[in-house]
Amino acid sequence: MNLIETFRTGMEAVVSHRLRSTLTVLGIMIGITAVILTVGLGEGAQQQVGSAISSLGANLLIVTPGSTTSSTGIRGGSGSASTLTVANANVLASKTVAPDIAGVAPVVSASESLTAGTTNWTTTLVGSTASWTSVRGRTMAEGRFVSGHDVQTHAAVVVLGPTTASQLFGNRDPVGQTVDVAGTPMSVIGVLTAEGSSSTSNDDDQAIIPITTAATRIIGGTNRNALSSIYIQATSSQTLSAAYQEADNALLSLHGITTATNADFTITSQQSLLATATSVDKTLTVLLAGIAGISLLVGGIGVMNIMLVSVTERIREIGLRKALGATPRVIRRQFLVEASVLGLVGGMLGAVLGLAVAIVLPHFISNPIAISAAAIAGSIAVAIAIGVAFGVYPASRAARLAPIDALRSE
Amino acid sequence: MTELSSPRLSFDATQPVRIDDTARVPAQPAPVIEIEDVHKIYRTGTLEVAALRGVSLTISSGEYVALMGPSGSGKSTLMHILGCLDVPTRGTYRLAGEDVSTMTEVDLADVRNRRIGFVFQQFNLLPSLTAWRNVELPLIYAGVDRSTRKERALAALDRVGMGDRVEHRPGELSGGQQQRVAVARAVVSNPALVLADEPTGNLDSVSAREVLNLLAELHDSGRTVVLITHDAEVADAASSTFRIRDGQILDASSAAMAGGRP
Repeated sequence: MNLIETFRTGMEAVVSHRLRSTLTVLGIMIGITAVILTVGLGEGAQQQVGSAISSLGANLLIVTPGSTTSSTGIRGGSGSASTLTVANANVLASKTVAPDIAGVAPVVSASESLTAGTTNWTTTLVGSTASWTSVRGRTMAEGRFVSGHDVQTHAAVVVLGPTTASQLFGNRDPVGQTVDVAGTPMSVIGVLTAEGSSSTSNDDDQAIIPITTAATRIIGGTNRNALSSIYIQATSSQTLSAAYQEADNALLSLHGITTATNADFTITSQQSLLATATSVDKTLTVLLAGIAGISLLVGGIGVMNIMLVSVTERIREIGLRKALGATPRVIRRQFLVEASVLGLVGGMLGAVLGLAVAIVLPHFISNPIAISAAAIAGSIAVAIAIGVAFGVYPASRAARLAPIDALRSE
Repeated sequence: MTELSSPRLSFDATQPVRIDDTARVPAQPAPVIEIEDVHKIYRTGTLEVAALRGVSLTISSGEYVALMGPSGSGKSTLMHILGCLDVPTRGTYRLAGEDVSTMTEVDLADVRNRRIGFVFQQFNLLPSLTAWRNVELPLIYAGVDRSTRKERALAALDRVGMGDRVEHRPGELSGGQQQRVAVARAVVSNPALVLADEPTGNLDSVSAREVLNLLAELHDSGRTVVLITHDAEVADAASSTFRIRDGQILDASSAAMAGGRP
């Protein structure tokens, strides 16, 4: 009996045992769909966090006061007071000190209440300089950003994020209007372009004012030169580590620190943030893949049961075929074809259903679903393996029975 | 007479026999059944049941033999061993001079396929296949190509009077019709030996008579036919009868003698 005949016989058995075939295909299909969707959700979350961190700005380094040490955890450099000053930022901006740094944006920030007319909105108030837009990679939707002149004159001007603007002014044009920032009236000079719908980031909800205005009029405090952080942009991604070294050395010498481990500041790169976030998400993906694996296993056990029962039901058929001259090998092959076809069809349908849901579902939930070819290929392979193992093993055992024992079985 | 295509074999004389060569019994060595001191012991846990206790039997080529005995006598076990469906626990079995008790499973499959045709009490047709697809099964395992298979299956069905039911599934046929399909399947590969295990057990008397007539015609065409039954009337159809009781052959008698018993 050649392979074509075996294949034809196997296919006929698949078609003629409709209920068995349908249930098997259904079990495999659901398992595969679950794998594709859960892995897709995990990878989607990973990509989302990745793009959120990339949106911080290109080739970005962030200097924050205080430092962490591996043994004792977070350690404030000098108590609660910030060790970073505007003067530090100005030194870093110098081309002679740090040739690989393209731009520096010193930042003070605080949570403040903004009032426009009778509307109240609490947001992140950021005091910075004109270089903030280029360092953070932001553009203006309308109006202009804070200028160098505004910084020098402590001007009472404010730039709003798009979310902030719509919360305060609704559909009205905010530019030219006046906003009360912590009791100080400031005129709105521009609105930032929306960063995009990134659910983890509040980059669209903030208000930016000149750093000098923030220090003297709004935030105040004992150390008016203290900064919340300094954003540094390297000239390119290749010079990022050089920029890191230059900033690190300059700040260490400015702060009079000789041992790098005693540093009272921390420099974080966008890559290291990304790496941390990605590793967290990898854990998530592994977890989800585990759940998916369990659902595939449960589906597989269902398939196994159907296969075992259907083979048991067909032991008489096996006996008859043997009586008519089929060798055990031919019987095994027939069931191999049947099981593979069922596994393959179930796998394909599961992949199609999984892809369809992955495309449709993100319209209804906020989470994106990434489609993973590896997950699809892997789960189909597992489905076929399950079908073959549990379809062929009992058939192969039945094929070894004496024909009359198989024929007699009920 | 060795030609199956002789006119008296055709149930419907108006139907032409399609393929002449399908009806020809191949010129192979005469199938002689020689069984010597065969025992068959079934073990269920610690319990041993001896179904056959030293059976010796010789059936020559072209004979029509009935194996008769009450249920539990071991006649079915003997038939299964004759048909290479089961192997004896002890003793030798030579089929056409070949010792089948030492054959591998693959060789036994080949023997069943080419030399033996089976007719079962339960018909044993595959319910999902049409009549002609059931009949072609032995030819599939013999490696016959598709178009030849169909021709031979249709010709065999024609010869048992089922030429107009070839596309029916077993569920759509009466018991007698199913058994006729089974007879067609038994002879489609031109085996020299036909084994019929209670072929009339599930049939009404009219259908039973038809099936017995078919077997008689197979015998007339030169085949060795072995019929297993518990029914003396059915055994009468054979030219000689072996009576079995408690796993042993009681005697060999001519059909006339067997028929003469009360």
